[in-house]
Amino acid sequence: MAVVHRSVLPIRSQEDIVRVRKATRESAVVQGFSLVEQTKIVTAASEIARNTLDYGGGGEVEVTLFSEPPRRGVRLVFSDKGPGIADIEQALKDGFTSGSGLGLGLSGAKRLSNEFSLQSKVGEGTQVTIARWR
Amino acid sequence: MEKIPILKMGRFLLVTIQVDMHDQLAMQLQEDLTDRIVAVRARGVLIDISSLEVVDSFIGRMISNIAAMARVLDAETVVVGIQPAVAITLVELGLSLEGVRTALNVDRGMAMLQQQLAAEQG
Ligand SMILES: Nc1ncnc2c1ncn2[C@@H]1O[C@H](COP(=O)(O)OP(=O)(O)O)[C@@H](O)[C@H]1O
Ligand SMILES: [Mg+2]
Repeated sequence: MAVVHRSVLPIRSQEDIVRVRKATRESAVVQGFSLVEQTKIVTAASEIARNTLDYGGGGEVEVTLFSEPPRRGVRLVFSDKGPGIADIEQALKDGFTSGSGLGLGLSGAKRLSNEFSLQSKVGEGTQVTIARWR
Repeated sequence: MEKIPILKMGRFLLVTIQVDMHDQLAMQLQEDLTDRIVAVRARGVLIDISSLEVVDSFIGRMISNIAAMARVLDAETVVVGIQPAVAITLVELGLSLEGVRTALNVDRGMAMLQQQLAAEQG
């Protein structure tokens, strides 16, 4: 995989979530995504960034612009050192929330991405990877 | 503190969401809207989201909450101006905005509310 560009952004506040959306949008534009493709990956990023802040207690995201001919895309790796997720299958279900959300963040982000993976260990933290390409 | 302005247009209220919303602003808007609906006895609320390039489940929940709350206070909610890319994304996200009606723009949304009001008054 050829990495075109890589950067790391903190997720410690609501303003950081806004910055993550912005950085994702810019990356998608650079990679030549259509408006709909941009909107999908930015929406997915927004969902996961909010989880990192709300449930993970904050963390960071690594944004990578990659080129794997003929694919060009954006990959985002969100990580936190929060409480982790005990039941991953349940967390991925549409409508499941342990808070007051709609329970669509993880499942929705998965649908909006070409690649999705979730790693989590109770007491250690959570890592969510999403990617979209064209 | 920044606030989202609420405009009165006859029996209706118009809210134009232009900023990237965060929790506090969303809570404030819900509170302000409830107060205004009661104060002016509004029969409808128009929420213009035409300048939003992203609607995630957080914003979606806020819109549904506003609509539910308005309904309790006898006011209808119409969301206007959803960008096509946003609408497509919402479907895939799984957000149905239940109980919320939509219209192309403010004029059409307003017409929708007026028709309903006229029908009710017979
Ligand atoms: N980073 C995280 N750390 C711990 N728990 C998480 C994390 N992300 C998601 N979760 C858990 O997964 C659930 C589902 O997340 P999500 O689908 O985004 O719905 P919502 O945010 O509306 O609760 C959350 O309610 C939470 O219990
Ligand atoms: Mg969430």
